[in-house]
Amino acid sequence: MIAAREGDRAPSETTSATPLWRPGPFATSEVPEVKKVAAFGGIYSNHRALEVAIADATGRGADLLLCLGDLGAFGPHPDRTAEILRQAEIPVVRGNYDDSIARGLDDCQCGYTDPKDNHYARISYEYTLANTSPEHRAWMGSFPHELRFRLGSLEVLAVHGSPRRMNEFLWETTTPTHFLDGLVREAGADVLLGTHTGIHWSRPLGPGRWYVNAGALGRPPNDGNPEVWYAMLEEVDGELAHEFVPVSYAVEELANEMADEGLPEEFIETIRTGWWTTCLEVLPGKERGRGRH
Amino acid sequence: MDPPPGGWKAGDSTGSKSAPGPDVPTAPLEALDQLWFQVSGTVCNLRCRHCFISCAPDNHSFWFMTREQVRQALEDSVELGVKEYYFTGGEPFMNREMEAILADTLELGPATVLTNATLMPRRRARALARLAEDSLYTLEMRVSLDGITREMNDAIRGDGAFERCVEGTAELVDAGFLPIITCMRSWPEAETEGYLEAFRTLLAGLGYHQPRIKILPPLLIGEEVKRTRGYEDTERITHEMLHGFDLGNLLCSRARLVTARGVQACPILLESPAARLGDTLAEAASKPAPLGESACFTCYLSGSICSNTGSTTGADR
Repeated sequence: MIAAREGDRAPSETTSATPLWRPGPFATSEVPEVKKVAAFGGIYSNHRALEVAIADATGRGADLLLCLGDLGAFGPHPDRTAEILRQAEIPVVRGNYDDSIARGLDDCQCGYTDPKDNHYARISYEYTLANTSPEHRAWMGSFPHELRFRLGSLEVLAVHGSPRRMNEFLWETTTPTHFLDGLVREAGADVLLGTHTGIHWSRPLGPGRWYVNAGALGRPPNDGNPEVWYAMLEEVDGELAHEFVPVSYAVEELANEMADEGLPEEFIETIRTGWWTTCLEVLPGKERGRGRH
Repeated sequence: MDPPPGGWKAGDSTGSKSAPGPDVPTAPLEALDQLWFQVSGTVCNLRCRHCFISCAPDNHSFWFMTREQVRQALEDSVELGVKEYYFTGGEPFMNREMEAILADTLELGPATVLTNATLMPRRRARALARLAEDSLYTLEMRVSLDGITREMNDAIRGDGAFERCVEGTAELVDAGFLPIITCMRSWPEAETEGYLEAFRTLLAGLGYHQPRIKILPPLLIGEEVKRTRGYEDTERITHEMLHGFDLGNLLCSRARLVTARGVQACPILLESPAARLGDTLAEAASKPAPLGESACFTCYLSGSICSNTGSTTGADR
């Protein structure tokens, strides 16, 4: 049994375009249970990493590929990411970036207040908004806030931030186990799957019960290595088995595209070096301390 | 700022009295995300000229919390789903049990200490760093520094405070912390970027190259009333102002403050009888927070200034 909670539709000026996509598997409730799911966190317009990850996850036998939202930000040509996801019919959970782009909001709803973070967030958002087609904006407006499905015997709730807030950061070092346990119990799920932070991590909450943060495909997890990551999950004997999968992709080609588009050198530095240069305010002390900036 | 729909509502201008009555707007507790502890009561080694609760070495109106009192609240917090723990005062490190209290807390979740860093010898900074290393969770040290020079800071925080704070901050950095430097904005908003740059330069001189700086708007209560001014009669939250307003922006919709004698709606309203919501955390969590205090107006304008993230420029929206 698979169920999607419908998101808000995009405003009429964007929904007037004829949708190009066909309904994906989550558009109906008739899709069978899945056995192995690949979860992609924030793509951030890194269409090159996305293509590699799709091929990699398919090769590893995933029977469901799922995107947890935030298609845009940082990277070039946001329409390319949208086209890849739509062509592959990958269901997408609504991220705050998608919500903002679909609705034409003033900002990305990341909640930055630091002037430097805001400066770069504004550049990133304005570029993405200006370069996302009306058709893709309408498509983003159809993304549900959450997706629920069965992974073998386990019930999985997939969200962007948390079940209660699309843009809630759940960092490893500031999220207590009892808090996660409450979220999962309240959701009536066994596994809570999310992203939004850009750094992958997971924690067991009890037998067959887990929180998994898939991290991001769009940029490295502030670890000094340009590889990006996704999460692979399956059920084995009633327990969740999962791994985080590194993805190597054509970093220099993406960097060249970003430079050609006039995107900030700071964004390019991050995908080249693996160190975050912007959006640092929201990082907790431990995660920030592991980085260079 | 333009008057809200329906115009301003008059209130008292003392900045410290409650505004009782049935007409006071309230904020329900949406979720108890933040649990604050008035862990050193109103006892502080400094006597700052802007302190919103007039903390001082001889202000014993709220006394230290014991480790056992904190433990009890921590135990209760698990069921209530608390996400973050904050410790304030006064100066938390005046409490002799502070390190043990933090050790207890870090078994459960992330902890933040609001400190003036003037009681931060190397031994303590290193001990705190070990606590942080041994925990899955982040231990944040939030250091109050109210100026970029000795003259600027000590005019507010007292003679010698700058030098001791800078030394303590350097010890924290040397021990591996990335302290969040917190400063009350005592300059026009337009000058904030210049001050931020000056803070970065000062901190770089201490070997702190990943500076985290949080500028807060002034709270016009307590000692600050004497230093600058109190709130005007018109600076109150009214029912009309809450139309279309997201109450989630107010700390009291997500937090409670535990003290040695009862639970308050938020850390700013320690001394407000109206903001005392019960003897126990469970009782206080079940009640809405009254928004009748004048300081609520700053929270209305600037959001949850007390949290680690948010309002880092001290600007009014």
